[in-house]
Amino acid sequence: MSGLGHALIAMRAIVTREALRFVHQRERFIAALVRPLVWLLVFAAGFRAALGLSITPPYQTYITYETYIVPGLCGMILLFNGMQSSLSLVYDREMGSMRLLLTAPLSRAWLLFSKLLGSTIISIFQVYAFLLVAWLFDITLPPLGYVAALPALVLAGLMLGALGLALSSFIKQLENFAGVMNFVIFPMFFLSSALYPLWKMAESSELLHDICAANPFTHAVELIRFALYVDFNGTALVWTGLATLVFMGFAVWGYDPARGMMTRKG
Amino acid sequence: MKLPILTALTAALLSTTALADEIWVTNEKDDTISVIDVETLDVIRTIETGERPRGITFSKDFSVVYICASDSDAVQVMDPNTGEILHDLPSGEDPEQFVLHPDNRHLYIANEDDAITTVVDTETRTVVAQIDVGIEPEGMAVSPDGKIAITTSETTNMAHWIDTETQQLFANTLVDSRPRHAEFIKEGTELWVSAEIGGTISVFDVATQTEKTKIDFELPNIHPDRVQPVGFEFTTGDRHAFVALGPSNHVAVVNAETYEVEEYILVGRRVWHMDFNRDRTLLFTTNGVSGDVTVIDVASRKAIKSIKVGRFPWGAAFRPTD
Repeated sequence: MSGLGHALIAMRAIVTREALRFVHQRERFIAALVRPLVWLLVFAAGFRAALGLSITPPYQTYITYETYIVPGLCGMILLFNGMQSSLSLVYDREMGSMRLLLTAPLSRAWLLFSKLLGSTIISIFQVYAFLLVAWLFDITLPPLGYVAALPALVLAGLMLGALGLALSSFIKQLENFAGVMNFVIFPMFFLSSALYPLWKMAESSELLHDICAANPFTHAVELIRFALYVDFNGTALVWTGLATLVFMGFAVWGYDPARGMMTRKG
Repeated sequence: MKLPILTALTAALLSTTALADEIWVTNEKDDTISVIDVETLDVIRTIETGERPRGITFSKDFSVVYICASDSDAVQVMDPNTGEILHDLPSGEDPEQFVLHPDNRHLYIANEDDAITTVVDTETRTVVAQIDVGIEPEGMAVSPDGKIAITTSETTNMAHWIDTETQQLFANTLVDSRPRHAEFIKEGTELWVSAEIGGTISVFDVATQTEKTKIDFELPNIHPDRVQPVGFEFTTGDRHAFVALGPSNHVAVVNAETYEVEEYILVGRRVWHMDFNRDRTLLFTTNGVSGDVTVIDVASRKAIKSIKVGRFPWGAAFRPTD
């Protein structure tokens, strides 16, 4: 069998393992769906009248707050899943199954990418489940937007998954995961355009606006937002793509037994 | 053989580009009219008018457009093709809203400052009658058979019923605070009057001039004081009314059979008046404070676009261009 054949078999095995893990954890799916729905149906309800004062692209008219936060909540699903995947890697390392995986006679970058792809596919499935529930609550998007969003979701999913991978190489034990929550997920989510548009941030503080504008999660959310409205945001695409490469680079470096964090952990 | 086809195609192409229908919007603070192309949903022309244009209506054959230039104390008559003001009509002071009688000749004009309704003959350009009504008249309507004209007075809170043959009042009915707009529907058997401060629409039986029912509006998360019904229009067959709710920034969809509110649609700030396109599939609402016109898809009841126009858009009128 050719090298490519081996590589594809390995990829399929890793992706299937991710899928099986997801299927066997029904609670995880429900939790992943409930989290954004609570934001959409409870949090957003209180802010119904807060927006609708300024029309910014890609919107053509005034929108309710529920409509505004849908792309941000898609990003939230991808973000939490990326971190969940990182958590599972830490668990794998503790259980020893990672050693088995990393000793496969294939490039480490390929194995990591396969892992990334597996978790991204699972994330996107959850995003569409969320969009379906939102649609049932009459929060609808242009029909073509559901299709146009797919590539944006893939790229954003890869970026956030790569971030999770990179972080997991730095986390020694499962217990440290709470720190990741506090220092990565929350700032990344709240300091972005997921919950408020950037012009709203600029009204309260220019500094806050600048931090949000530099946050790669903002660009991932904007990429999804524009795609959901069958529009294209080149800047968001470039930044999300660059961030994916950088995070992936960190992950490969972090998992390199010769140079990365793995050596120090012994 | 190919040439005639090509010619026909070119002609068809040219005719469709030239024949896109329009929505004319008066901009109260800019003293202009913004003309919106119904196909492209863009402003394609801006036309100067007299001071503070508000009410706007086309003649039945669309050959002229009448504009209430409130601060010029005139009703202006414009050629819609050239945008040229042909002449002014004697309108009385501060004309705000008016309605063209089905005879296509007489304009019934509400003179806000003088508490009168002025009837003008557009052909002889003379005032035919002046009828004393309540204080601050605003809303105007004429029944489809042309026999009854209605003026609503904002401060007296009444709908005044005028016999158009004698030009005399024959009934006055109380409505809620600050009535703004009136429309006859169901072949003139029913009259709807919106009350801005009262936050209601009163529905009258025209034969008896008695109130049949009252429609209330309630929006979650919006203070009731901000829910101020003003202009409204009916879909084909008078099945549903779309009601502008002023500073609540929403348009309500009311079932005209059950009188129940079925939906609220978010539009721009301080939505005031509106008009439909030709087949009533699109609705154009004027949003005064945000200075734009929101386009609503009538079937899905969703706002699809907001178009920037001049400052404080007020009235809207449809113009076919064929």
